Order: sequence, then structure tokens, then C-alpha cells
Amino acid sequence: MNPSYELPRDEAGYSFGFLDEYAKREVRRAILKAICIPGYQTPYASREMPMGRGFGTGGLQLTLSLIGRGECLKVIDQGADDSVNAVNLRQFIELTCPGVDTTEHTGEATLIQSRHRIPEQPLNSAQVLVLQVPYPDPLVVVEASEAKRKIMHGEGDYSRLLTKLYEDIVRFAEITISHRYPTRINGHYVLDPSPIPRFDIAKLDHSPALILFGAGREKKIYAVPPHTRAEPLVFDDIPFRAEDFNDAQGQRRACQRCGASDSFLDEFSSANGTATFQCSDSDYCNQRVAAGNGVSCEVTS
Amino acid sequence: MRKVLQVSNLGKIHGNGCPRCVASTGPDVGSNICPHCQSVVANAAISFDLHAGEILGIMGESGSGKSTIVKMLFFDEDPSLGEAIFYDNGHQWNLFSLNAAQQRRLRNHRFGIVYQNPHLGLNFNFSAGGNIAERLLMSDLTHYGQIRERARDLLTRTEVGSERMDESPKKFSGGMQQRVQIAKALSTSPPVLFLDEVTTGLDLSVQARILDLILEIQQELGTAMIAVTHDLGVIRLLADRTIVMKNGRIIEAGLTDQILEDPQHAYTQQLVASAL
Repeated sequence: MNPSYELPRDEAGYSFGFLDEYAKREVRRAILKAICIPGYQTPYASREMPMGRGFGTGGLQLTLSLIGRGECLKVIDQGADDSVNAVNLRQFIELTCPGVDTTEHTGEATLIQSRHRIPEQPLNSAQVLVLQVPYPDPLVVVEASEAKRKIMHGEGDYSRLLTKLYEDIVRFAEITISHRYPTRINGHYVLDPSPIPRFDIAKLDHSPALILFGAGREKKIYAVPPHTRAEPLVFDDIPFRAEDFNDAQGQRRACQRCGASDSFLDEFSSANGTATFQCSDSDYCNQRVAAGNGVSCEVTS
Repeated sequence: MRKVLQVSNLGKIHGNGCPRCVASTGPDVGSNICPHCQSVVANAAISFDLHAGEILGIMGESGSGKSTIVKMLFFDEDPSLGEAIFYDNGHQWNLFSLNAAQQRRLRNHRFGIVYQNPHLGLNFNFSAGGNIAERLLMSDLTHYGQIRERARDLLTRTEVGSERMDESPKKFSGGMQQRVQIAKALSTSPPVLFLDEVTTGLDLSVQARILDLILEIQQELGTAMIAVTHDLGVIRLLADRTIVMKNGRIIEAGLTDQILEDPQHAYTQQLVASAL
């Protein structure tokens, strides 16, 4: 961020949070409706944001509509606080929302905007998680017409989605969806949980924190309200399987930095070509290192 | 005999329609088009009963409105006139006053349909087994092992062969695609099955085997069927009772033997006489 840059307030007259009050109110109404009907894709008038659609405009509009002075915000992208998307969104919010604190610590944040991950540290009931969504409708892979998809959602008809899973098991002996796993909310609507890995699906179920989903390009908002059932779509006799990170010997891999063996791991290729693994959630990893866990590479090398 | 389906005064009008539509079309006028409002009366005043375990044949030339009857009963099209009552395990369902969810339930659980064109009845992006799985999933069976087992049984029974169950019906011959459609329709053991020109376009030996299969199913499962066809041979072989249609009206109805041996209406006489 250029510290000397200031918004041209007198010329453009941006209000707090960039969006005008009417736009924020409309988004808040859509949020309320989405919470009232768990998993239902509520349409809203997605505004033009000063960034391209597909870069998190849906999540950003939710965040800007919810944030107020005294809030503490955390922005993550693929688990990390310091990747490009997260840094840019955080700077934009700092710029347009004076008086808002930002943090990298999950525990301190009251509002968390995330792309592709849910933090490892369990969320609490005072927190709100906002996820950026590229494709809100899980039925889009089996039905092209949105009008027909709406009827299918209304009738709770997800048989074709299950047929897709059936075909997967027939062909590959397992369900091959790695992220965006269709999840049934409160026993009716099936939603696309944004591209979070299967590993994070369990965190949706009965989460004490409110989880909101915003799709800017597709103009939809939906929610998993606190303490609501979230069940991945499965067959009765084939249990849902999350990533287990076991190596060939069946041993759970651990983060090479903090030693955690309960977190979602990213694979890296080291200089000599071997694969190493590290926590995808950078804050979780940092906190564990700060608490004296792990064999820190930086120290030993 | 136990009644399964009672259809009364059913009709479908394409267009705006006017009060004189029904009176000014039909076999007496020789036209389907209402001269007053130009609406097309696909069919009107269709009344019949279907009993448990019987096969009712509906015969008539192209455009006589016979397929439309089946499409309306399967909720593919909304009727303009009339009603139909479905008797099911002591329940009575007035088909056209049900809401969409109830209609979908009946369609998935209690009715089955085999279309002339396999593209209408099957999803060619799924395997043969997947098509059967889709219908079983629609009827709320979500146990993978049971779905596989049921699909394997049905495909064996319909002589598709369980070894080809994981192939796409794209790779199948027309006769085999029709067999997959029949297996799919039968997967939920529906008490009523609609057959819309099932053998049209297939060669004679394949036709005979499909008709055999249909008769076998009727004998074994006691499924009531409505068979729509313009083929007199199919009617003779399958149907216990037959309805003859022309210009959207029923012109003659009765036992199949009676109709084929002693037709009363001039059009039926012409139809029977012109059969090769």
C-alpha cells in the first residue's frame, strides 16, 4: 500500500466501506434471507467493485457490508495471510474502512474473509466466516438450465448429482471430487461450499460461527447458520472420506515446519526434488512454531 | 377386476382455445384445427379405465393424439381438459390436481415410461447402470451396493447383460437401448407402465424379442400397461383391450380380437383392411 495515497473523498465521496449505504443494506437483507433459509442461494444485486469479477468480489461485498468500526478482520487466501489475493483485499479494506483492525491470528478476528480454506483453529460463536465463491450452484455440472436447477433445488431433487457420484465410483472406485464437495444443509438444500478441500467439510457441520458464502459474478449469497447440520452427499454404504495425508506406509505426514499432524498440508518440492509438506494454514503453523513446536528448518540450517 | 387408472374427458388444446374448439373438431369434421380460433386440439373427450395387470392398446395414425395421452398421464405435458384418478394401495390420487412434488413422486415411484426415442428416456452421458441408478436415486434408494445389485438384475433380465452395465448406451444398438429403457422403467417396480411406440424403428426379430420381454414382465409382475402404437401386429400380440383414435377422439374401443376381426367404424375397417 502506498501510505501517502488517500482516497479523493471530496471528489468521489466514498462512504465507509466503499459501497454506498443502500448497497450495503441490500446485501444485509440478502444475508438475512440466506440465514433464514439455510443453503438457499439468495439472489442479490452484485455491485461493480474496483477489481475483476472472480477475484473475490462476492466475499468482499459481504465483508464490506458487515464490517464496522471496532471489528477485527483477517483475510486469507488458500490458508495464507500473505498471498496476493489476501494482501490486496486486506489493503483495500484498510483503505476504505478507517478504524478497522486487521490481524493474522484466527483467534483475534471477529470477521474472517477466506478463499479456499476454513482456518484450522476452531471458530467461535462471536466470529463470522465469509467465503469467496466462484460457482454457487452444485447442480451446474448436471443441468445447464438455471430455471430447471431452481425447480430441482426446490424439490430437493439431487438424484442426478448422486448419479454423477455413482459413475465416479464405478469408474474410479472412489468419488473424485477433491474440492467444492456438494454438501446438504439442514436436510434440504445442497450447496457448493466454495473450493474448500474435503478436509474442511466437517468444519461446516454444527459450526458455532456463522458461515456466509458470496458469489460476485453469479450474484448469489448463501449461508450455513451456526449450529446447523451440514452433511456431504454420499451413499448409505460408502462413507465420506477426507484427505488423510498418509504416505505409502500409511503413516500420517506431518508439517515439516511445525510438526503438526492434524492440519491440511500443502506439498512442496524441495531443492533436491523430494516432496515436503507444510501446513496450508500459515497462522496455525506460525502459532505452533511460536509455542516451541516442530523442528524449525530456519534454526537448524 | 381392480381398477388402476380412470381417465375421464381428458383433452389437450395447443393454442388459446375457445368454447367451440371441441365441438368443431374431430373425426366427423376430419380436422384437428378449430376453425374459429385456429387452436390445435391434440385430443379431447378421452375416457377409459385401466385395470391391474392388463395391457391397453391405443392405436391410431400419426397426429391422432395417442402419444399425447401418455405424455399427459406421465406429467410430461399439462392437460387442458379432464381428469385422471390413479388408484394405488387404497389411495386415490387425482393426478392433475396434485402439486409438483406429489406429481414428481408418483412419476418416480409409481409410473414408468418407455419412449420411442431412447434419447428421451436415457441420459447418454451416464452408463447403462448409471441410468438405472438415476431412477433408483430419484425414488430415494441411496445404498450403492443395492443400486448395483438391482441394476445388474434388471439388465440381466432384459438381456442386455450385466457385463455391459458400465458402458454408455451410446455404444449399444437400438434394440439394446430400448432394453435399457425398459430396465430403467421397471427399476422401481411400478404398477403402471407407459409404452410409447416401443418397437417402432427396430427390425422384426428385435421387435419380437422386445415384445416377448414386455409380455413376460406383464405375466410375472402383473404390471398394468398402456401401449401406444400404430402397428397392428403389436396391438394383436400385446393388448387385451384396444382403443382406436382418429383426429384426437376415441372412435372405437373394445376387446382387441373383436376390433381386429369385426371392426365397426369405417376408419377402423380401413385400417384393418390396409394391414399387410
